[in-house]
Amino acid sequence: MLKMSDPVLKVEGLKTSFFTDDGEVPAVGGIDFEVKEGEILGIVGESGCGKSVTSLSIMGLLPSPPGKIVGGHIYYQGEDISHAKESKMRKLRGNEIAMIFQEPMTSLNPVFTIGEQLEEAIKLHNQRLPKKEIENRSVELLKRVGLPRAKELLKEYPHELSGGMRQRVMIAIAMSCNPKVLIADEPTTALDVTIQAQILDLMIKLNKETNTAIIMITHDLGVVAQMCQRVVVMYAGKIVEEGPVKDIFNHPKHPYTEGLIQSIPDLHGKKERLYTIKGSVPKPGSITKGCLFAPRCEFVMDKCRVNTPELSGGEHKSRCFLHQEQGRKEVRT
Amino acid sequence: MPQTAQVHAETRAAKERSPFVNAISEFWKSYRKNKPALFGTGIILVFILLAIFANFIAPQGINDQNITNKLQAPSAAHWFGTDDFGRDIFSRILFGARLSLRVGFLAVIGSIVVGTLLGILAGYFGKVLDVVISRLFDILLAFPSILLSIAIVAILGPSLNNALVAIAIVNVPVFGRLVRSRVLTVKEEEYVVAARSIGMGDMRIIFHHILPNSIAPIIVQGTLNIATAILDAAGLGFLGMGAEAPLPEWGKMLSDSREYIQNAPWTVLFPGLAIVLVVVGFNLIGDGLRDALDPRMKN
Ligand SMILES: Nc1ncnc2c1ncn2[C@@H]1O[C@H](COP(=O)(O)OP(=O)(O)OP(=O)(O)O)[C@@H](O)[C@H]1O
Ligand code: SF4
Ligand SMILES: [Mg+2]
Repeated sequence: MLKMSDPVLKVEGLKTSFFTDDGEVPAVGGIDFEVKEGEILGIVGESGCGKSVTSLSIMGLLPSPPGKIVGGHIYYQGEDISHAKESKMRKLRGNEIAMIFQEPMTSLNPVFTIGEQLEEAIKLHNQRLPKKEIENRSVELLKRVGLPRAKELLKEYPHELSGGMRQRVMIAIAMSCNPKVLIADEPTTALDVTIQAQILDLMIKLNKETNTAIIMITHDLGVVAQMCQRVVVMYAGKIVEEGPVKDIFNHPKHPYTEGLIQSIPDLHGKKERLYTIKGSVPKPGSITKGCLFAPRCEFVMDKCRVNTPELSGGEHKSRCFLHQEQGRKEVRT
Repeated sequence: MPQTAQVHAETRAAKERSPFVNAISEFWKSYRKNKPALFGTGIILVFILLAIFANFIAPQGINDQNITNKLQAPSAAHWFGTDDFGRDIFSRILFGARLSLRVGFLAVIGSIVVGTLLGILAGYFGKVLDVVISRLFDILLAFPSILLSIAIVAILGPSLNNALVAIAIVNVPVFGRLVRSRVLTVKEEEYVVAARSIGMGDMRIIFHHILPNSIAPIIVQGTLNIATAILDAAGLGFLGMGAEAPLPEWGKMLSDSREYIQNAPWTVLFPGLAIVLVVVGFNLIGDGLRDALDPRMKN
């Protein structure tokens, strides 16, 4: 076997549930993945499949109650942090693992200036830094994320900035303490296409410069194609396919992934109509038997409704009976 | 183009001022368009000035009696007439303004401090504490405020200061609930989650994110509550549960004069008018503040 560098972050059998009035909602139903140093890993899946819950679980930021990690482990540099104390997590957050969010409009506090918020972030983990030094660092961070007029921006309020600028500020804040892992939860979903591309480029650049590993969460495989080396495809709280981006694009081994690939706009020139996967993500916990994708799958077989497929395969894994039988051909498009 | 040049200069000037000054000037721009609020501000400013300078303005002291001069109608010598002890009502009202404003401000400040503390405990740390504190608020709010104040004064003994304490206690749940609901909302805001995601702790989050985002509604509610506090103090005074003779508390003045309402209506009219003006004044300011501050609160 190839000797690979150790993962900075490793998630093992993670199960996260919400305990609501209607009972337990298993939002994440046992997932495994790892991120190596400097790697960009994509996590894709439709709305509600548990991407954000996964990232909040890693950060120890689940709304609790009702959210709770009910199983599995999260290893950061070999240490299990899935049930770490809040004080321990507080030291990790920002310093070691940082996160940026979907809504750049709401992830900055409206009543403070950009400078105040950025300086606050720097101070959090560098209490003894002199004021002048903090200010210099803020300006430098803003420049690094490609924001012009950094000095003036420090004095401005979030509402004076465009969405793209705000997301750059969020990235600056997240990168302020040089984290080893950056979790980006749909950082570009709320932005328009050109801005989206710029932000993705910025993240690739920062990844190269700082060697920060990035977990790129998105529902857009196009983003994954542009950024990631490996990708994990999630469906209804489970991983249905996982592997190197190239392999997955060239030979998807799960009908769901295939559907996602076909719904990427403009990948093969202009399309008349965007492909969409029929139906919608089942409510977590509503399907207890068989393949979770069976109700929406074009290739569904009798056994899919009875038996539950396992995630299997070498480097490129999938959770589908079509690919678990020896000699079975690729799924036809 | 001189006009755009001017606009540029203005925005640049705005940038160079401190954010706080900026926020104030933005607020003032919107507040000054509100005529009723300005009117209310005018009323309250006048009352505050009268209260501060009562010593210099008042022609007589609060207890300068002159029985031969009792129940005189308003005249050049006694602008608001005299009461049944021959005391100058105008002078008494000026000194009464001190009492009422003091009760209003102090009671509300007390309620805000205690209410905010409890609201944060309940909303932020939640769980059992939330249940206990919220039930306490529910119980306090289940009684009509004046009844509850009467009960508290009955326990503490009637005096203006005890009335103040009673009013403060009664109003605690108003601010407690307000702050609790702000905390619950702001706690879920993405910027709080984002702050936690870079390692910010509870205290910093409370002081950096939650309180600053709760101040505007507290100020609005506080202003409106000064009006009700003053009204409650007057009510307690009227019932003999507040200020004691010879203090010129407006509610007390009303009740002391109520038998002369037919023969000497001014004895009742002017204290009543003073109460109405102050209450209306604070209400207008409160409404104006709400209009001016709210758009900024819609995050
Ligand atoms: N606070 C909560 N209470 C109860 N259930 C929740 C809560 N938050 C999330 N869930 C459940 O977890 C599931 C996964 O949600 P999650 O936010 O992780 O989806 P997502 O993949 O991030 O989707 P999106 O693309 O819309 O962000 C949801 O279907 C929902 O049922
Ligand atoms: S296991 Fe069956 S139902 Fe599930 S994705 Fe594969 S073919 Fe479709
Ligand atoms: Mg999400």
